[in-house]
Order: sequence, then C-alpha cells, then structure tokens
Amino acid sequence: MTAVEEIQNEIIEEFELLADDRESTIFYIMELGQKLPPMDNSLKTEANIIKGCQSKVWLTTEYKDGKVHFTADSNTDITKGLISLLIRVLSGQTPDTILNTELNFVEKIGMGQVIGSQRSNGFNSMIKQMKLYALGYRAKAQMNG
Amino acid sequence: MEAAIKQSSLDIDAIRAQFPVLDQEVNGYPLTYFDNAATSQKPIRVIEALNQYYSAYNSNIHRGVHSLAEKATNAYEATRVSLQKFINSGQKEEIIFTKGTSESINLVAATYGRQNIAKGDEIIITGLEHHSNIVPWQMLCEEKEAVLKVVPISDKGEIDLEDFNALLSDKTKIVSVAFASNALGTINPVKEIIEAAHKVGAVVLLDSAQAVAHLEVDVQSLDCDFLAASAHKMYGPTGVGFLYGKQHLLEEMPPYQGGGEMIKEVTFEKTTYNDIPFKFEAGTPNIADIIALNEAIGFINDLGKENIRIYEDELLKYATEKLEAIDKVKLIGTAKHKVGVLSFIIEGMHPFDVGMMLDARGIAVRTGHHCTMPLMQRFELEGTIRASFAVYNTFEEIDTMVASLQKITSRIK
Repeated sequence: MTAVEEIQNEIIEEFELLADDRESTIFYIMELGQKLPPMDNSLKTEANIIKGCQSKVWLTTEYKDGKVHFTADSNTDITKGLISLLIRVLSGQTPDTILNTELNFVEKIGMGQVIGSQRSNGFNSMIKQMKLYALGYRAKAQMNG
Repeated sequence: MEAAIKQSSLDIDAIRAQFPVLDQEVNGYPLTYFDNAATSQKPIRVIEALNQYYSAYNSNIHRGVHSLAEKATNAYEATRVSLQKFINSGQKEEIIFTKGTSESINLVAATYGRQNIAKGDEIIITGLEHHSNIVPWQMLCEEKEAVLKVVPISDKGEIDLEDFNALLSDKTKIVSVAFASNALGTINPVKEIIEAAHKVGAVVLLDSAQAVAHLEVDVQSLDCDFLAASAHKMYGPTGVGFLYGKQHLLEEMPPYQGGGEMIKEVTFEKTTYNDIPFKFEAGTPNIADIIALNEAIGFINDLGKENIRIYEDELLKYATEKLEAIDKVKLIGTAKHKVGVLSFIIEGMHPFDVGMMLDARGIAVRTGHHCTMPLMQRFELEGTIRASFAVYNTFEEIDTMVASLQKITSRIK
C-alpha cells in the first residue's frame, strides 16, 4: 500500500466512527478546519483564491526536493476542514503522485451527501487546482531536467 | 409548554395539516421550514387547483370560443378580481400578471421609466433594497444619465424619514422602496414616504414581495402608484407575480413586450395596442399558476390578514427573545416594526457553516447576502443567517432551532 493510500484509509476509518451521522460528521469536518494552521494574511491575495468555491479559499504551494507542499485557508471552518483533508492526502507528495492519485476517500466517506452539491462543486475546484499546480511543477521539472 | 399560552386564535395544527410538504423528516429530524422569505410552502388547495386545471380544463385563454377556453379564461380572470380585492385596488384592469416581483419592477423601469426619466432626473431607493429593486433602476439611470439616490440605513436597520426627505427634490421622479425588507424584516414607513414623494410630484413603487402575505396592503389607502409582488411568497405557485399600477399611469405607459394578446390590430404597417391590462401581458401567460394563485389568496383571506399578523408577531417576539439570550448570537436588524424575519450572525462562525449544521437537524434557513449585497456591506458582513416565518410555523420549531444554535455555539473555539 502506498503512503497516499494509507492516509486515505485512515480518513475513511475516522469517518466510519461517525457512523453516518450527518451532524457529527459536519462537526468533525469543522473541527478539522479549526485545527488547520492559519495562513499568513499576506498570502490571502486575489490571485491565490480558488475559483468556483462559494466561500473564499486561498491556496498556495511550495516546491521543495521534488515535492509539492500546500498551504490553504478559508473564511469558513467547514471549507477549511474540507481542504485540510486534501492537504493531508496530497501535500508533501511528488507531482506524479498528486496527479495519479484517485481520491477514493471522497466517495467512501459519502462526502457528496454530507456537503451537498454546491459545496461538492467547490471541493472539486480545490482538487482541480491542486492537480493543476502539480502539473505545472512537473512540467517545470521536466524542462529543467 | 411555556409558549402555548401565547397562541393566537388560529388553529396552527389545522393549518399545518393543509401543507403536505411540512409532514416529512429531513436528515432524520422533522422538517422545520424557516425559509419563508425565500418562498413559502403551498397549501393543498393550491396544489389541487394546478392538478385540476391540467386534468380538467387546460386551454389557452381569451379568444377561444370553446367551452374549455371559456372555463380557463374565467378562472384566470377570477384571480385578477381576487387580487384586486386583496390589495383593494379600484379596478381589476389595474392588476397586471407578471412572472414575479422582479419582472414587475423591470416592467415599470422599462416603460414608465424610459418614458418619464430624462438626463439629471433622480430616482430614490433605500439602502435595504433587494437587488431586484436596485438593478432595474441602475440600468435605467445608466441609459438616461439619471441619478440613483439611496436613503441610508441605521444600525437598527431602519431608514430615517428626515434622510429621505432630504433627498427629495423637484428632480425626484421615481421613488421605489421595499414595503418590508427581505433581509432584515424592517417595515418601511411607506405611507409617509408616499405622501412626501407625491408632494414633489414623484411616483412611488412599493416592492411588496415580503409584505403581501404578512401585512395589510391597501393600495388606495396607501395611495402608492405601483406595487409589485410575487405569488410564491404568499403560499402561491412560483413563476407568477403581479404589478398594480394606477389606471391613468398604466394607460399612458408604452407596452413592455410585443406579442400575442397585447395587440388590438396588427398590419405590417402598424400595430395598435390592446387596452390595459392586456397591453402588458404579451404571449400566453402562466395560466395554471395564475389560476392556482386564487387559492393562495383564498387561503390567506380565510385565515384573515389580521390573525396572521398577530400570530407571526408572536412568533417573531418569541424567537427574538430566545435568540438574544444565546451567547455569541447577534441579531442584525432590530427595527421597531418588522415582519417575521430574523437575521443573525454567530461570532466566529461563517453563516454557510451554521446553515449546514442547522440543516443536519432538519432546519431550513437561508444563509448569505439575501440578494442585498449593499445592505450587507453597510453592516460590514458577508452575509447572515436568516430565519423567516410563515403562519404554519410554531413556537416548538423555534425552540428546536434555539436548541441547535446553543449546541453549535458551544462548539466555537
């Protein structure tokens, strides 16, 4: 099992403990959001905003030793909780891993039903943006390599 | 239950029994529907009227000689008469059917507005208007190089009549204000506004979307020139609304859209227009929903506006007291006169998140800017959580929401 698969399984197990209880699940996502380290205000720029989200989500990256490190923040705790899950799985991975990873935890924990269609669209925008960054870093690495 | 003694004369259980949608569980909890300012639910008589129309006499109205067309036309026109009585207009021809409040306001801006507004003229609105009562006037002002003036809103969410009077001048041609605010519930002093506006020769449009189901609306006693409202916020179907206009104004106004129904005679050289109200009702209208709207009016009339008002005031008062008592909850909009709308924020929590957590308990509220972005900017907010009441809501439902809010606020770190 790859590291990314392991992380996804951990998340699935954590959400299984919530036993499909919608309210507990939302509270849990919110708590994850509250635990996400805050982003420096100087990074909360218009350019770092992910388009397609109803609430504001800022995402920045750092490319170090062949790995992409994500930092994100939002003006709502639930959205922060959602992106913290993505960061947990994808941050610190190589561009290839990020691009090839199927985020199967999303469906397994029934995210769509919990957060509804509007927030699911926003969640997909976050994933897309993270993969776009990975694509950019991979292209850059290939050019330099 | 402590609230039981407060109940007005209405039998709320019997009223609730008329709304099939209320009898369901959402996310494992009984539905608590507090999104009535967005749209109210529909009583069974409205739903049955739709069913009956399509099952028994669906037909295009006017100009048909056959029996179904006759029946549909009569039912359609009966709604016009009911609306006329409902808002106490002098004649049924003063009622124009539209798609809703937005279209009614756009109609006035595009016809009366284009005809009467010139460069440098002024249009006055208030700072609490819905986008529907801002954008059509902005578009008109842009086209005519006219000026849009805005009456400021106080911290309580009210306008000061002195501020309004200060904006009035002989340049003022149109005043368009909400009867009641959708975002805060504030009831504007519309009678005084109309009187003052008439003194400078301006016409007044009342955006009554939030008023018609909750407040006494009498266009003759108010002396408003135009009044716009939607059926779906008054227990009726979506996609239908109406515009009231004083007869002489409507007669002088050019048509809004061209098409069938609105014409008297068409040749390729020239078209003459039909009389009011048909001049403004181009094309096949929303016959079924307009017919069903009559049942919504009947529903309100049977309960009595006064009874509805008393009961909804009790709900509002009860909910206000309960919410004020919750730590970290801050009410937005504490005007002296309000309809049953409670806007609030929870410190340290985004309205979207609160809405989602209330939904987990089956409680439907609206979150966001409520199509009043300038008003939200005035309060330096991105949005609020809004609970809005209708006559079928109960004190127990308010207790349910309060309990949920207490649980939510206890989680704030």
